[in-house]
Parts: sequence; structure tokens; C-alpha cells
Amino acid sequence: MFYREVGQYNDNYAAASRMVPVLQDRWIIIAVAAFMVFAVPFMVNDYWALAILNPVLILSLATLGLNILTGYTGQLSLGSAGFMMIGAFGTYNFLLRVDWMNIFPAMFLSGIIAGLVGVFFGLPSARIKGFYLLVSTLAAYYFIWWFFNTFEYFTNYTSSGVVTIPRSHYEIFGFNLASASGKYLITIITVIIMTLIAKNMVRSSIGRNWVAVRDQDIAANVIGIQVVRTKLIAFFVSSFMLAVSGALYSYTYLGNVGNEIYNLRRSFLVLFMVIIGGLGSIMGSFMGAAFVYLFPIVVSRLGDTFFGGGALDSAFIENNSKIVMGAIIIYLLIKEPAGFAAIWQSIKNKLRSWPFTT
Amino acid sequence: MSFFLEVLVGGLLSGVMYSLVAIGFVLVYKSSGVFNFAQGAMLLFAALTFVSMTERGVNFWLAFIITMGTMIVMGIIIERFVMRPLANQSLLSLFMATVGLSLFLEGLAQGTWDSAVHGLDLGIPTTPIFLSDYLGPNFDILVSFFDAFAAVVAGVLILALALFFQKTKTGLSLRAVSDDHMAAQAVGIPLSTIWAIVWAVVGVISLIVGLLWSDRLGVSFTLQDIVLKGLPVILIGGLTSIPGAILGGLIIGASEKLGEIYLAPILGGQGIENWFGYTVALLFLIYKPAGIFGVKGIQRA
Repeated sequence: MFYREVGQYNDNYAAASRMVPVLQDRWIIIAVAAFMVFAVPFMVNDYWALAILNPVLILSLATLGLNILTGYTGQLSLGSAGFMMIGAFGTYNFLLRVDWMNIFPAMFLSGIIAGLVGVFFGLPSARIKGFYLLVSTLAAYYFIWWFFNTFEYFTNYTSSGVVTIPRSHYEIFGFNLASASGKYLITIITVIIMTLIAKNMVRSSIGRNWVAVRDQDIAANVIGIQVVRTKLIAFFVSSFMLAVSGALYSYTYLGNVGNEIYNLRRSFLVLFMVIIGGLGSIMGSFMGAAFVYLFPIVVSRLGDTFFGGGALDSAFIENNSKIVMGAIIIYLLIKEPAGFAAIWQSIKNKLRSWPFTT
Repeated sequence: MSFFLEVLVGGLLSGVMYSLVAIGFVLVYKSSGVFNFAQGAMLLFAALTFVSMTERGVNFWLAFIITMGTMIVMGIIIERFVMRPLANQSLLSLFMATVGLSLFLEGLAQGTWDSAVHGLDLGIPTTPIFLSDYLGPNFDILVSFFDAFAAVVAGVLILALALFFQKTKTGLSLRAVSDDHMAAQAVGIPLSTIWAIVWAVVGVISLIVGLLWSDRLGVSFTLQDIVLKGLPVILIGGLTSIPGAILGGLIIGASEKLGEIYLAPILGGQGIENWFGYTVALLFLIYKPAGIFGVKGIQRA
């Protein structure tokens, strides 16, 4: 009834190739984004900003990064945690060692470094395909992990290998953003910018090349797409986004930089988020990340509400979350291989004709 | 020189342990094209079930048989409820299903028993043996008895599998299925039965391998990370070949140990084992993209 695009005509090409074609969607997205940027920072308390919103947004960004490589370009990767690690350590070291640096250029520069490392480890994708590529991405992960573990220069010679981030690192043009709202603001602005970049890449010729390579690389080559170059661009963009999300993960969520944070489980977590959200969907990246991250929290909250505080111990919740997550992944792959994004799409289709049945 | 040989032999023997993990992988991939990432979780599940039972006072062999039964039933359930509905899906979906399965099994194993670290002692002595006692004074090499034992187990396992594949009717059907699903179905081989058998066999192998690895590492959820050790091994070998898995294991094992001893000091740090194996695998794959014994399929657009 309300969600209908009848009567919305485009009379020029610019209008027809808008990022969000339906008027209602456009208004909703603008309203939500404005609310998140201008209203939420004044409303959130520490718990909401640091334990809910920031991690969900940051993991969404990481999921988006992996989705570009695995979902759009079809290159399987387990190296995500490694690239996140480059982002975190890179940002820390830029801020520590360069005077005029603030967090945004530091994240950008470490993103570029991670991108180049990603391209280097992506080079074998010219010859190696499918599962065999896992070797390359895992080599990348283990190498990066070993590198930051071995050379203590990068943790500023801290004996424990974990450095707490000093308040001065959140200084931007005289403002200190180390408060919960400030950290949230850094996160939301970065995530919105990165999402816009990703969305526009995906719907441009680069994105179409990615999808062509994913679906049938030989056919893509035949119609004149440079397959290797396309793959390497995907490696670069994906690693860049993962690095930025890794930097945020340390800076605006955990507040410290350390080796153990970026273990291989983090790579798997991001992969689960991609699968559950939907391969090759930007909206799905956000839904997948939010679901996987929030599910255990919601379960433990519900447990507290219904059975009294602390009724469900953390091991119980963790194990059962794993069981449920695993079952959901298998179920989705059988019933809805495109993940939550496809469910979202079918809800939108139902809304179009509501209250009539199609 | 004898130090070099000692490192080499030690590496080769630990490579056998990797090969053991890889065999389960190869079996599933060969017969159904599924890259079974849940292998590690199956090891964990088997080892944890076994250990929890023996800790509760169940006799060793009884626990072994019960766990074996559990693993067989689990294999059949996996085939029925995960693999069969996903038949004819893309290889990527199947892989991801096994990733989900591995999460599921990890939660199930730790939820049923517990998440604590258990010790497991199979009663195999870990005393080193001197090869010079057996082979003459030229072979002045120390070898871990446990590694040698694992190598013997691997040998027996491979021999049993080879006999099973070559001499039984089921083995023949398995080979037919791995060559061509469609053709096998056309001559009347029941695909789902064959796959159930494969998953059950993999369950049993997981138990044996899981016990050997647990004796070395203890039973905890890090046990399933062994799957990551098996990965470069099967990829070097080419995913479909059991001899490839053995050779891959030997290559990775030896190069990891030699790299750790001779290369790590040059690079300025210990612990290069973890990535060195992958790098060696990567170099092999760049030279031969389908692995050493892998079949390079013809690609059509």
C-alpha cells in the first residue's frame, strides 16, 4: 500500500541509474543514516555504543570486505583476520610514530598497505583456482600473524604483546573522540563512507566484471574482461576494507591492539556472517554481521529475563549458539542459498502488493 | 649431517601425522566432490566422546567400540540430512555446509561433554629410539617411538583402505562413483548408500586419527585446528589421491621442520612452521595448479 513504485518515472539517464531506484527506499535510507549520524551519538550510553552498535557496524564492514572477494568475485578466502590485523597494527603504528597523523589518514594508509599485501597474496589466483586458493589466503594469514608476533617493534616492545591505545590517538583537529559517542561517530562515518564506495563499485563496470569472473571466468575472459586484473582489484578492495574494519575493531571497540585478538577464528566468524547474510549482497553483509554477533547476546539476555540473572552460563550459551549457528548455515544453504538478503528481497516483494496477495 | 638427517626423519614422521588427517579429506572429496572442512570437528567429537567415556570408568575397548558406533551413525546422519539435500549444489555451497557442520559438531561435542582440556594417554611409550641400534652405526638418528607408531598406523590404515577399494564390491562401487556420478547411477549403484558408507568410514578414520593426535596434544577444541595442518597436505597431493596425501604430508612435514631449523634464524624469529608449510604448498601449486597427482580437468566456458 505504502511501498509501491508505481508512478515513479525516470526521464533521464542520471535518474534511471540512481543508486537506490525506489523513492521510498531512498527516503528510508537517508532518514536512517541521518538518524544514526546526528541523533544516535547524543543518545547512546557506553554499553550501547561500545558493546552493541560499534561491533555490529565494524563486523558489517569486515563482512562487506570479504563479501566483495568471496561473494562477488568468487575467490574463497580465510585470510580476513590477517588483513584486519594489518589494519589495526598499521593504524596504531602510524598514530604512534607520525606527529601530524589522525585516525582517518592512518586507517586509509594501513588500508592501502593491506591492499597491496592482499594483491601480493592474490597473485597466485592467476593460476590457482577454487579450494586450492585457500592455501594462498591461509599462507597470507599465518605469515601476517607470525610477522606481527615476531617483530616487537610493531607492538612498541610491549612484553605482553597487547598494547592499550592511549587517549591521544583519538585526537582529531583539536577534538578528542575517545568518549563512547566519539568512538561511535568515528565508526559510523567510516562505515557509511565505505558502504557507499562498495555499493558504487559493485554497480559499476568493476562490479560487473567481478560477477562475470565469479560466474564463469573463461566466458568472462572470452568477452574481453581481464580476469587476473579483475581478481586483483577485488583482492585490493577487500583487503582495504578488512584492514579498515580491523583498525576500527581495535580502536573503537576493544581499545587495545594485540596478537591474540586476530586469530583464525575471526576469519571464520566473518565467513559465517557472509554466508548467513547472503553471498554477493551489501544489505546481507549488515544483516549477517548483526545476526551472528547479536544472537548469543540476545539469548543470554532472554535467559536473564525468563530464568533470573545468570541462569544460563556462558559455556552453555556459547555451545548452543554454535549449534544453532551451524544448523542455520546448513539450513540456509539448503533452503535459501542466497541468505538473509534473499529473505529480505522476498519480504519487499510481498510488501509491494500488500494488502493484496500476488 | 646426522643432525640434518635427524631433523629430516623427524619431519617426515610428523608429516605422516598430517597425512592421516588428509586421508579422511581425500576419501570424501574423491567420492562426492565435497571439501570436508568438518574433518577437524569430527576428530574433536570422536576424541572427546572417547575420553569422556574412559574418564567415567568405561573400559578402553568398550569406549572405542561405542565411539566407533557413534561416529558411524553420525556419518549416516550427515549424509542423510546435510549432503543429500545439497546434492548437485555448487562445490562452494557444499564446502560452506561443511563449515557450518563443523561449527555444529564443535558446539554439540562441547555441549554434550565439556569444554575442558582432557589428557589422553594411549599407553604408547614416548621414549626416543636410536636407529643405530637397528640399522648399524651409520644411522646415528633419534626417532620418537610415538611418531614411528603413528607411521605404522598410517601404513595399516592405507593398506586396509587399498584392500577395501580394490577387493570388495562396495569398494568397486565407491571407485565407480568417484569416477563419474552419473555413469555410476546409470549402472545401478545407489549413490546415497555409497555416500553414507563413505561418511561412516570417514567417521571411523576420524576416531583413530583423533586418538593419535589427542595423545600428543590433549583433547580440547584446538584439536580441530589440525584440519588446517591437513589442508596444504591434500592440496599439494591434489585432493583426489591417497598416495598424493601421503606424499604431501611428507613434503610438508619435512619442509616445516627443516625450515624451522635452518630458515627461522635467518628470518629473525621462531615459529615459522605455521606459514612455511603453506608457502611450500603455494609454490608447488603455482607450478602444478591441480596438485601433484591431481587430475587437471578440461575447462569449458
